[in-house]
Amino acid sequence: MKRSHNDHVGFIAPAVAAPEMQVWEALNLALDEAMAIDDAVFILGEDVGIYGGSYRVTQGLYARYGEWRVRDMPISEGSFTGLGVGAALVGGRPVVEIMTVNFALLALDAIINMAAKLRYMSGGQFRVPLVVRMPGGVAHQLAAQHSQRLEHTLMNVPGLRIVAPGTPQDSYWQLRQAIFHDDPVIVLEHELLYFDKGAFDHAAEAPPLHAAAVRRQGKDVTLIAWHRMVQVSLAAAEKLAGDGVEAEVIDLRSLRPIDLPALQASLARTHCAVVVEEDCRFAGAGAEIVAALTESSFFDLDAPVRRVAGADVPTPYNRELEQASIPDTDAVCNAVHALLGRPQGNS
Amino acid sequence: MQRDLARQFLYDMRLARRFEQAAAEQYAQGNIAGFLHLYPGEEAVAVGSLRAADVGDYVVSTYREHVHALVRGIPATEVMAELFGRSGGCSGGYGGSMHLFDRERRFLGGYAIVGETFPVAAGVAYWLRMNGSSDVALCYFGDGAVNQGTFHESLNMAALWKLPVLFICENNHYQIGTEIHRHSAVPEVYQRACAYGIDSKRVDGMDVMAVYEEARDALQHIRAGNGPYLLECETYRYRGHSMADAGAYRSALEVAELRARDPLDTFAEKARQSGWLSAAESDAIDEEVERVIAEAVRFAEQSPPPSELGRDVYVQPLDLYRGDA
Repeated sequence: MKRSHNDHVGFIAPAVAAPEMQVWEALNLALDEAMAIDDAVFILGEDVGIYGGSYRVTQGLYARYGEWRVRDMPISEGSFTGLGVGAALVGGRPVVEIMTVNFALLALDAIINMAAKLRYMSGGQFRVPLVVRMPGGVAHQLAAQHSQRLEHTLMNVPGLRIVAPGTPQDSYWQLRQAIFHDDPVIVLEHELLYFDKGAFDHAAEAPPLHAAAVRRQGKDVTLIAWHRMVQVSLAAAEKLAGDGVEAEVIDLRSLRPIDLPALQASLARTHCAVVVEEDCRFAGAGAEIVAALTESSFFDLDAPVRRVAGADVPTPYNRELEQASIPDTDAVCNAVHALLGRPQGNS
Repeated sequence: MQRDLARQFLYDMRLARRFEQAAAEQYAQGNIAGFLHLYPGEEAVAVGSLRAADVGDYVVSTYREHVHALVRGIPATEVMAELFGRSGGCSGGYGGSMHLFDRERRFLGGYAIVGETFPVAAGVAYWLRMNGSSDVALCYFGDGAVNQGTFHESLNMAALWKLPVLFICENNHYQIGTEIHRHSAVPEVYQRACAYGIDSKRVDGMDVMAVYEEARDALQHIRAGNGPYLLECETYRYRGHSMADAGAYRSALEVAELRARDPLDTFAEKARQSGWLSAAESDAIDEEVERVIAEAVRFAEQSPPPSELGRDVYVQPLDLYRGDA
C-alpha cells in the first residue's frame, strides 16, 4: 500500500485510506508523524539511517529528517542508550532502537540504573521521556544468543513502562503514545511480526497505553497472551471450538502495568485461564500474571491458572528442537483440555 | 588575576573543605548513612573548572560530587539536608550523597555507577549541538572510569559528531585501592584521547588557577565548534575512597607528601604574596564559611524527612495492576 508523507501533520485523516498495513509500516508511520509534529523527537540506533532499519521500521526517515534526527550509531548499545537518557533529561524525546533484545543486555545499565531511576532519585525534578524499541522472540533458527525474550528482566524494574504491541494498529497506537509519554517506555516488538498484515484505522481513537484487548470472545476458558502467542492462542481457540470449547483470547498489550481488571472480568465469565507465553517458564512474566489472578480472583476460579510457556533452555539452533522449545497450538489445546477435564469446583 | 576571582576561589575551596569535614562529623554521629565519598585534596579541580563554566552549561558528575554541587551554587543547606536524607535536600531526600540533582542549576546528578557520566554528558551535548546551542556539557570522571566501555564508546561518539563536551578527569591515582599504574596500561589519561582524535591536556589539579585557565581555554575551544576536549587534572584524595576505607594501601609518607602541596594552602599563600587578599579578608572568608556550615547542619537537622514512598516513580501515579490513576 502507498501513503503520502506530505500532509499527515496532525492526525485528522490518513493521506490514503489504508484498510490494511504491516506492522513495520505502522511503526514507521508512528515515528514519521511524531517527528513531523515535534522537533524534539529523534531516532538513535544501529543502521536506522541510510540502511533504513534492520526491519525497515525507520525506512525513509533519514532522507526526510536528516542525520541529526535519524542517527546511525556505532555498535555501542550501552552508551547510545545512555546518550538517549542524557538527551531526554534536557528536553529531547529520543527513540532508541536496539537491534534485538539480546543486545539490550549491554544497555541495561542505561535502562535500569539510569532511565528508570533518575526521576525518583532526583526527587521528581526530571522527566525521562525516552523510548527504547527492541524486537525479541524466537524467529528462524537464530540460535541461543539471538532468540531471547526479555520481559521478565524489565518487568521487575520500578520506573519503567513496558508495552508489547502485536498488531499493526497497536504498533501505531502504542509507539505514538510511548513517544509522547513523559516516562521511559520500553516497546517490545517481535521479530516474526514485522511483516504481518492487519486491519488499520488511522482515525480510530487509541485505548489507554496499558489496556488489554479481547481478541476473541468465549465462555469456557480465558487464554492470556501477548505478541506472537496471541496468534498461537487464536489458532488454538479455533481448534478448541471444534471440540466444543469456546476460548476467550486476551491480548495483554502491556506488561508493566498490566490490565488486571480486564483479566478479572474475563475470569468472572470463564472461571479458568491459561497464560501462554513464549518466554521461559521459570520466574517469567506468566508467574506474575498467575500470582495476580490467584490473589485477586481466587473465588472466581474453578481450577488453578495454568501456564504454557517456553522451555527453560537456551534456544537451540536445530529447527525441530527450536520449535519444541516454545508453545504451539497443540500445547495450548492440551493445557486447556487438561484444565477442563479436571473436576470442577464445589459450587 | 582579579581580586574577586581570588576571593571566590578561596571561599569555594574553604567551603568545600569544611563542608566535607562537617559531613564526616555528621556521619560519625549517625546523621548521615550509606556511602559517603569525600573530596578533600581535590578541591582545585571542581572549583577551577566550574568557575570557568557559564551558567548555561550542564554538569554531570560522579558519586563524589558534594563540592561540584556547592560550587555550582546549590546552597550548602540543601546539600547537607540531602546527605541527611531530609525533604529539604536538593533531591528531596530520595537521592542521598551520591545522587545530588538541581534542575534549575543544570546540575544533572550524581551518578554512582562508574562510567555513567560519559553517555549522559554525550546525550546532553548531542541535544545541544542538534539545537545549535553554545552551551557545553561538563563531564566529570575519575581515573578508575577510563577502563569502562562507556569511556571509549562515548569519546568515540563525541568526536564523531563534534559534541560540546568537556571531559574532566579527576585523576586521584586510585580506583578505590588500586593505584593507576596497576589498573591502566596507559596511565596518562589525557593520552588516551588521541585514540579518538580528541584534543587533550594534563594539568596540575592541585593548582586552582591552572585548572581554571585550562578549563576556560578548553571551553572556548569547544564553543568555537571544535568538538569535545579532555582535561586531565592530576590530583589526590587525602581520605579513603569512602568512609568505609581506611586507606591501608598507601603509605603515610605518600599522603604527607601530597598534603604538602595542598591546593588551599598553596593558593592562600599565593594570594597573600600577590596582594590579592589581605589577612583580614582571608579571616573574613573563614568566618563566612563557618557561618554557612553551621547553618547547613542546623537546616539539615531541622528539615523534616520525606514521607511519600511512592512519589515520582512515574510522572503520574501508576497502579501496576490497574494503570494510570
